[in-house]
Amino acid sequence: MTPVDEERLRIPAKLDARAKIEHLAKKTIAMARREVDPYVDIPSRTLSNVTFSRRKKIIEMGDATQRRSLFNLNQARKYMQTLLVARGCTQLLDEQKTTSIRDLYYMSKHTLADGKENTFEGQEESDPIIEDLEVTLGALREELHLFAAKRGSVVGPLTLVDAGDVIDLSRMGSGGWSVPGIVEPETIRFVGHGAKFILLVEKEAVWARLNEDKFWKRHNCILVTGQGQPPRGVRRLLYRMVHELNLPLYVFVDNDPWGYYIHSVVKQGSIGLAFESKRMAVPKARFIGLSSFDPAAYDLSEDVSIRLNDQDRARAREIMNYEWFRAKAWQKEIKNMLGAGVKWELEALSSKGLSFVTEEFLPKKIADRDWI
Amino acid sequence: MAKRVTAETLSRRQREISVSEFFAKNRHLLGFDSLRKALLTTVKEAVDNSLDACEEAGILPEIRVELEAAEGNNRYVVRVTDNGPGIVETQAPRIFGQLLYGSKFHSLKQSRGQQGIGISAAAMYGQLTTGKPVSIVSRTGPRSPAYAMQVVIDTNTNKPKAVGKKKLADWDLDHGTRVELELEAQYLKGRQSVEEFLHQVAVANPHATLHYRDPHGAETDYVRGVQSNPEPPSEIKPHPHGVELGVLMKMLQSTKHATISQCLSRDFSRVSPQMAVGLAKRAGIDPKARPNTVVRKAADQLYQALNDSATRIRPPSTDCLSPIGVQELLAGLTRGIRAEFYGVETRRPAVYRGNPFQVEVGLAWGGDLPADDLAKVLRFANRVPLQYLAGSCCITKAVMDVSWRNYGLTQSRGALPSGPLIVLVHLASVWVPFSSESKVAVADYDEIRKEIKLAVQTCGRRLGQYVKRKARARSEARRREVFNLYIEEVVNSVEAITGKDQKLFRDRLLAISRKKTELAGMLEEQDASADELEACENVLVVDPDAEPEPEPAAEPAMAPLPAEAERLRSSQLELV
Repeated sequence: MTPVDEERLRIPAKLDARAKIEHLAKKTIAMARREVDPYVDIPSRTLSNVTFSRRKKIIEMGDATQRRSLFNLNQARKYMQTLLVARGCTQLLDEQKTTSIRDLYYMSKHTLADGKENTFEGQEESDPIIEDLEVTLGALREELHLFAAKRGSVVGPLTLVDAGDVIDLSRMGSGGWSVPGIVEPETIRFVGHGAKFILLVEKEAVWARLNEDKFWKRHNCILVTGQGQPPRGVRRLLYRMVHELNLPLYVFVDNDPWGYYIHSVVKQGSIGLAFESKRMAVPKARFIGLSSFDPAAYDLSEDVSIRLNDQDRARAREIMNYEWFRAKAWQKEIKNMLGAGVKWELEALSSKGLSFVTEEFLPKKIADRDWI
Repeated sequence: MAKRVTAETLSRRQREISVSEFFAKNRHLLGFDSLRKALLTTVKEAVDNSLDACEEAGILPEIRVELEAAEGNNRYVVRVTDNGPGIVETQAPRIFGQLLYGSKFHSLKQSRGQQGIGISAAAMYGQLTTGKPVSIVSRTGPRSPAYAMQVVIDTNTNKPKAVGKKKLADWDLDHGTRVELELEAQYLKGRQSVEEFLHQVAVANPHATLHYRDPHGAETDYVRGVQSNPEPPSEIKPHPHGVELGVLMKMLQSTKHATISQCLSRDFSRVSPQMAVGLAKRAGIDPKARPNTVVRKAADQLYQALNDSATRIRPPSTDCLSPIGVQELLAGLTRGIRAEFYGVETRRPAVYRGNPFQVEVGLAWGGDLPADDLAKVLRFANRVPLQYLAGSCCITKAVMDVSWRNYGLTQSRGALPSGPLIVLVHLASVWVPFSSESKVAVADYDEIRKEIKLAVQTCGRRLGQYVKRKARARSEARRREVFNLYIEEVVNSVEAITGKDQKLFRDRLLAISRKKTELAGMLEEQDASADELEACENVLVVDPDAEPEPEPAAEPAMAPLPAEAERLRSSQLELV
């Protein structure tokens, strides 16, 4: 048997996505010819393979890879799936179609020759494989003609062109403009705006409240929600707005570890998608609330707090140890929450009156520059 | 005060104790203590007699057992027909009508029956419970006509009386015997049933063809798997270590030899004339004394001398035993049990208390056997199935003693192993040490238990090798299956990506797959024991997925019509 392929399976960065996939296939054929067990080296998308760049203030992926071989019983299935996803993407690229990752799952799913096993047993099996392929090829999801189910809405004094249609985001009614899965300049172009800042709201209900009160009109802001952890489309849009429109970004989330982490992903990027940080992370993003110090400062009633559960506490301690949470302000913020033993949802602010958020809380926080 | 009873009155009453009363009081000893057991015992005694008779006459046994429901509650007719040598007409009444009459009681030789109680007890039981005598048809050869008779037992005198004697103009057998009797009984299937008994007889007697019809008319056939009778066992004289004091005294009384030393050296095995003189002297007896003058105390001293460890008597010769044999046992197992692995071991003869014995073990594993149950132990003594008192039997204990986990089976502490396993143990001996008169369990002698354990372990090791190898082969096959399944997807994907046919790529991947899964195969070949197992004549492996080979057609003598035989074959008894 020939010695293990020393040059490793490296995909030239200059190729386009289609050529990269072809390169992967040809390498596989070459390995079989040399009687090497075919494999792909997949950059690890784990905590141990990310570093926090103090200079760029974003999370970056390291060089560690995980080898996935065909002739290893524990890896064979995933190896096969990786090639199936590559094949699906080839088809999309060749036909110049773009589709959802759910569609790709259905395109690639079929029953194997033994009549028992399916290539994919569920979308939760194919989604991580797509991310594996992205990092392996160094090609983003949209370059592979894929997008996630769209999620997130925007409203505010902004005009843009979306797939050729000029859209005035100040005239979007109560529902707002839905953020598509792909927001690259080929699809979305900004035309003009009259905003002073961007406000990302975790909860859609709070976003709807702010929209109804026309908060964005009074305070000249672009109001965005990602409905929980913002999908990639929303994060990419935020990045582009911050950089191209030169606006500050405030993040407004629940006061719990999950809310902190939503802000953290927007600001520094995520562990799983660290390779995307440089085109999605907004290090200048500001955490405007809810802070664990806000309930006292704004005299919220204990009645609307929720007791921390074990999961909350464990997650809080976990993120406290992340390098990008080491800042004193963050340590203080999280310790204060753990000390109080309670968490607060954004809706808790409504206990002070329906328009407390729009009339008092946010204006005061911004005026006081009370953020992290 | 009550009137004193005279000895004369007592003696009159004593005479009034009839055989039927004796029988009723001792039925548990004779195997008639329940209605269900009565049926089994009757069949068993008749079949044992038939097999013994055939083998002694050098005839391959073919035996037909028929059960029929008779009129009335719990009444059955048992009819057993054999192709044996037949019975001389004048002997028939005594054989079937007199307790303790037989040819086997006085000899020391491996045989099925030992006491001569069997069939006459069944006849008496039948007569007592139904009032109907046993019927016999027998023929000793083609040139003499068959005769029929009924044997009535006089329960007062234990004397048989033949009635309704007649010659038959025609009988369908050239030679053989048919016994038919009606008795009060209960017919149930399952454990300890007639079916189970016959099934086990079939396993341990592969040279015998058996036909069976149950009370509902369903037929089962076991066609013989080997074409020769077992070597006839030879008689041997008792070994000094094997006789008890009472037997010794009886032998001294009834010997035809004139002196004590002659009696010792000629009536016993392994006692030389010189040794006989020494033994007599050590017991304080004149070697020239007449044996029947030896008093009880002197006999006791002689008994002590015989069993003294200082007396070096060679173990008895063991060529008197007739084991089933390795190939024969395999044939028996395969015709009765649908399994995947069969392993057999025959130990060399050994001795317990002066009695030669020999242990044989057969294992059947896998196939149709139930996978989740405890293993089943089939016990045999001189080829006769033992169906009762399994728990107290030396055989069961020995099987439990073995650490089955070493052979890849599960076993709870102090229990039989569980898994698709049947353990057959055959004990052949000139005198099987039964733990009770009803002859259903073997007494626990260290020598016997050790021999059984060793034989089971030898078989178990081979089974373990097979089970482990099979598991390995299975996992290899599974691995290759998975690889090849995925290779197909990988090749299809690469073809779609490159837009080219990738036949060469596919072939190369399949080659790597073969190589990958052969690597483990090579490891396997280095395991020399695997080849050894394959070549071992004590082992038979049957492809579990293969169709069973069609059985050879039954010999015409008593075979049912071909069409019927075909139907019956499909209803082969399952082991219960």
